[in-house]
Amino acid sequence: MQYMIFHYSDESAHSDIEPGTPEFGEMMGKWMALNQSLIEAGQFVGGASLVDSTSATMLTKAADGGESVTDGPYADTKEQIGGFYIVDVPDLDAALEIARRIPIPVGRFEIRPVAFNPQTDL
Amino acid sequence: MSHEVDAALTHLAREDSGRVLALLTRRFRDLDLADEAVQDAMAKAAERWPIDGVPDSPPAWLMTAARNRAIDLLRRRSARDRAAAALRDLPPDDEPDIDMSPIDLDDAPDERLRLLLLCCHPALGTDAQVALTLRLVAGITTDEIAAAYLVPTPTVAARITRAKKKIRVAGIPMSMPDELGPRLGGVLRTIYLMFNEGYLSRSGRQGPARVDLCDEAIRLCEIVLTLRPDDPEPLGLRALMGYVHARRDTRFADGRLVTLDQQDRTRWHHAEIVEANRAITAAMQTHQPGPFQFEALIAAHHANAPDADSVDWPGIVALYDQYVVLDPSPVVHLNRAAALGQADGPQAGYAAVTSIDGLDDYHLYWATRADFAARTGRDDDAHASYDRAVELTNNEAERAHLERRRAELAGPRSD
Repeated sequence: MQYMIFHYSDESAHSDIEPGTPEFGEMMGKWMALNQSLIEAGQFVGGASLVDSTSATMLTKAADGGESVTDGPYADTKEQIGGFYIVDVPDLDAALEIARRIPIPVGRFEIRPVAFNPQTDL
Repeated sequence: MSHEVDAALTHLAREDSGRVLALLTRRFRDLDLADEAVQDAMAKAAERWPIDGVPDSPPAWLMTAARNRAIDLLRRRSARDRAAAALRDLPPDDEPDIDMSPIDLDDAPDERLRLLLLCCHPALGTDAQVALTLRLVAGITTDEIAAAYLVPTPTVAARITRAKKKIRVAGIPMSMPDELGPRLGGVLRTIYLMFNEGYLSRSGRQGPARVDLCDEAIRLCEIVLTLRPDDPEPLGLRALMGYVHARRDTRFADGRLVTLDQQDRTRWHHAEIVEANRAITAAMQTHQPGPFQFEALIAAHHANAPDADSVDWPGIVALYDQYVVLDPSPVVHLNRAAALGQADGPQAGYAAVTSIDGLDDYHLYWATRADFAARTGRDDDAHASYDRAVELTNNEAERAHLERRRAELAGPRSD
């Protein structure tokens, strides 16, 4: 069964970690280790990390057929979506376990079953 | 229907249907299917037993009937799928490979705990957890749950349907987590919620047929204890509910709430208090303190005191002093403040209550504050606090009690 795990966190919490510093290397090491172990366990279906939300652009389609393009993410909240994983595991408890291992110390992780994935279901 | 058959059917639903359902769910990996099969088998028992008599082993009868029904349902489902495939000119699926072997009732004794953990999975809402647990583990019908909670049957039915759908769609497993502790905590909280609902709604009970949520909560805790006999927190919860439930016959008089200090202690169920003492003693021997154990130890002080005047309030405050370290939530602080007021007087109680933040919408905060305010001559505060408490409570007997206390306040309102 496939689950998508969206991770949300406060972007300002780790924005001061510069590439090239030991802290950055340590942080990246944790992500790479998680990715590697998911791939080796055959649980990794897909995933990506996103550029921070100041880069976001919102296209809104209205019921009347009109549309608008605006700056920024949908909600003006402190926690923003930072990326996602799609994992293939037997059940929700296994997906929760993977979400716990995502190296974000403070944040929210939304876990949703995948209804249809054209990459793997066709 | 004869009384004997009636009793056997009730016993079957309450004591055996949960275990049969758990084993069937495990065999066929399908909660909906297993539930439908058990319900159908229960209906068949109600139809056949008055004619054929009660079988020698009702649980074995139910297991066989429900398993046969599940196999039957699976075959029908497969036939329907094949017919649908044929209509669309698709190649038919293979005949399903249904495991027909008998299921031993004594197989996997912890199956009911798995079912309980599933019903209390934190991915389900609290209301859903309670309804599912009562229906699937405790074998209580949707009608009975609705009557116990004073909500319409369709509300409960919809709650259960939605919860079962979430279990299916989100893939919530019926499994034993590696770390049982946090999940067991969730189960105990759901059981205690059920108990409290029964405890508070007791005054509104109508008719002897109504399912008693307190009895059911105790029974569910006993199930946990059968499977985890040495876990301290289930023992603590069992003791706590035992102490509180032992006072059931004295909590109301003519529909009026009787406070603990006014209750007739000779009418408490003393054998149950002894039983609760045994449970909390066993819990203490593990040296792993937890919230339910603290609650039980505090309740034990009240339950074992020969009269209201000999309650050891300083001892209770000392317990709360340790308890707030473990759980620094405002509700625990409030209870500590109430005990402190008894031990050191209403001034100390008032000071402690007014230093608590975060309970503005909790009626017991305002009731406690009103009491200490009244006893320390703060009449305006007492009036305002009783007003707020009356506004917030949703229990009739409690509201009447608070209104009486408010009316007893000396002097008219100053505003």
